Amino acid sequence: MIERVDVQPTRTYGTYRLRAGRPIPFGATLVPGGVNFSVFSRFATSCSLVLFEKGQPEPLVEIPFPPEFRIGNVFTMLVFDLDVENVEYGFRMDGPFDPAQGHRFDQSKVLLDPYARAIGGRDTWGQPPDWNNVYQHRARFVFDDFDWEADRPLETPLEDLVIYEMHVRGFTRHPSSGVKHPGTFTAIRDKIPYLKQLNVNCVELMPIYEFDEFDNSRPSPLTGETLYNYWGYSTVGFFAPKAGFAATGRFGMQVDELKTLVKELHANGIEVMLDVVFNHTAEGNERGPTISFRGVDNQTYYMLTPEGYYYNFSGTGNTLNCNNPIVRNLVLDCLRYWAAEYHIDGFRFDLAAILGRDEQGAPLANPPLLETLAFDPILAKCNLIAEAWDAGGLYQVGSFPAYGRWAEWNGKYRDAIRRFIKGDEAVLPEMTQRIEGSPDLYGGAARGATASINFITAHDGFTLHDLVSYDDKHNEANGEHNNDGDDHNNSWNCGWEGPTEDSAVLELRQRQMRNALAILMVSQGVPMILMGDEVARTQQGNNNTYCHDNELNWLDWTLVEEHADLLRFFRRCITFRRAHPVLRNSGHFQHRDYVGSGYPDISWHGEHLWRPDWSPNSRTIAFMLDGQHAKGGAEHDNSIYVAMNMHWAGHGFDLPPLPPNLAWHVFANTGVQPPEDSWELGSEPRLPDQSGILVGPRSVVILVGR
Amino acid sequence: MDPGLTVDVRVSETDGVTVVVLDGELDTNSAPVAQQQILPLARDGVRMVLDMAKVPYMSSAGIRMLLSTYRQVTNNGGRIVLVGVADEVKDTMSVTGFLKFFQVYDTLDAGRAAIVQ
Repeated sequence: MIERVDVQPTRTYGTYRLRAGRPIPFGATLVPGGVNFSVFSRFATSCSLVLFEKGQPEPLVEIPFPPEFRIGNVFTMLVFDLDVENVEYGFRMDGPFDPAQGHRFDQSKVLLDPYARAIGGRDTWGQPPDWNNVYQHRARFVFDDFDWEADRPLETPLEDLVIYEMHVRGFTRHPSSGVKHPGTFTAIRDKIPYLKQLNVNCVELMPIYEFDEFDNSRPSPLTGETLYNYWGYSTVGFFAPKAGFAATGRFGMQVDELKTLVKELHANGIEVMLDVVFNHTAEGNERGPTISFRGVDNQTYYMLTPEGYYYNFSGTGNTLNCNNPIVRNLVLDCLRYWAAEYHIDGFRFDLAAILGRDEQGAPLANPPLLETLAFDPILAKCNLIAEAWDAGGLYQVGSFPAYGRWAEWNGKYRDAIRRFIKGDEAVLPEMTQRIEGSPDLYGGAARGATASINFITAHDGFTLHDLVSYDDKHNEANGEHNNDGDDHNNSWNCGWEGPTEDSAVLELRQRQMRNALAILMVSQGVPMILMGDEVARTQQGNNNTYCHDNELNWLDWTLVEEHADLLRFFRRCITFRRAHPVLRNSGHFQHRDYVGSGYPDISWHGEHLWRPDWSPNSRTIAFMLDGQHAKGGAEHDNSIYVAMNMHWAGHGFDLPPLPPNLAWHVFANTGVQPPEDSWELGSEPRLPDQSGILVGPRSVVILVGR
Repeated sequence: MDPGLTVDVRVSETDGVTVVVLDGELDTNSAPVAQQQILPLARDGVRMVLDMAKVPYMSSAGIRMLLSTYRQVTNNGGRIVLVGVADEVKDTMSVTGFLKFFQVYDTLDAGRAAIVQ
């Protein structure tokens, strides 16, 4: 092969050999002979490439981009012979400082590349940084040559997913985890057998884009220990995995470590979804640090008031200007990169309502960003899930611009099920909607049950154990006098606030946790469970543990043994769901018999057949899913009957008659002591009385007809 | 050893087995040089033992050189095994997914025995 012409430099700067670069792709790209740099700024008057030896405070060299290397608003340059493992790079930009016009250029700052694919400076979690270093978050180079072999995203149908929401560090940081590298990507790999046993088929990782755990870190007023930005909902770099989550972050190999985790999860049938935060950045408001965007092109990247201050729809100081065409492309480039380079299966968008606001913050009827993502060819098989609200008061559950693609975290599901379980009155009519996949919210064009991500607990709020153990939040450890966190938890402590030795209270809590999980697993839509709920993980009543790098957030693996009964119940319920397509319809019910089986697809009952008690003080309801209507009649499944009694007394329920060759078998009864609270697939005992069943106080019974 | 380099490559061949002893650190500077010396050995059907016992550290580039070598050797119908890989190097290779491509043996004799089978 003839050698390419462009492997030869055309000029020098000191000892550095250069040539004009290519504007696409943005960022730093390894090319034959060197590195291609490309960075956008509309208003910068000049730009320099600042090179550092790894970790050094003083630059190795600053190479101005020659004017003729700029194309449009993009500075480009190819630098030859860089030692890509030992050099870090940044940019220095000059331009107007005129906040009223939205400009905040500052020549004294070294700026992180918005497209940096690996970022140093926080390589080891919790290692205090040198705050005197002018360049805190340092762009590095990445070899994009991972050997995926035959792997690709799994493309599991959305309705078949059972999502497990987890924090990378919290999952294995506890000393009891028994892994070699606690709190890391690779440690999750070590725990794949646990996830397989639980039978979840999707992990949703709380933010893994590079963030700064020292962002707003401070000593706890109670204990003196450091409070961190532990959850990580504050992005430093959208293209870089958090180095401090990688055992090999100190060797700069976090990219390979994360890709290896994804590959291994895929090999075990488990999808990977990322919780992504595009609504704001770690730069805060005008008093925050200048890390990247503010110094590269403040007016483009942020939503600004007419006076040049930062809009704060995120509640964290700034708002990314998502529907600016430049920023829209950044988000698109980013998601395409994660889908193509990391084989990510789906994305959950934090405070996604912001992504539908225009540059002045007004909600758009047809937001270009959301439409672009919905129709993008590379993202075509990725699940797109919106947290359909923001901190500016825009609440779009049921009305998020979906383009037939977007699903939503269904906050109304969470609230209705919580209220039902704690015994609130007048919840039943809404409950039935939620169990059916919220047709009242998602019955419109091109949506369906899979638009509803059903959850009862998530990282934000109580754990399941705490939901049934506390009436009120207990957030004193956050150092804000218990003023932070949600006040509307719809929780009930079962008779005593917090820890107790009272066996009746403890027994009821066990039952309530089972009730919640049982209802979640027989609801249409896509269930999500929170890390550790399967073993009764507690946050001691704290419903906003964003700042704790300690046992409030770490999964204690000794609970696996202590709560083996609950874990088994979870595993069986998840397995039951995954075995029964009638529980996993993508569309909504029609409430009629369209296959001629004698029963409609779903029928609602009360203590008496066909007669649910809708009165406000009724706390009992039942439903039957007809197996012949599974997946719209395309599959034949067993029929399933579910009776829910959230009254404090037991109630008898009449059972729908089955064809003569079939009988009702008990899959689960939360009113019975373990291990007989649930049964393995196929081993469900036949119900002696096929005409009726007594459902105990605050209990759920699930029957299968076979 | 070339004073500018951090790794030395020594090649010997006995009984149809090519033994490559790497001595020093493999990083972004030394890995390409080592690779230049190893790749000509990757002829059809070669049986190659890479002796890593004197490699205390391998960077990302060094590990990549190994995988690239592995691909070229196996694409030419050859076989390659690693021996004497330091624990820390082995751990890094495991965590980053590179280790699973290789057969790894503790000693040169074990590696040599495995590759002639």
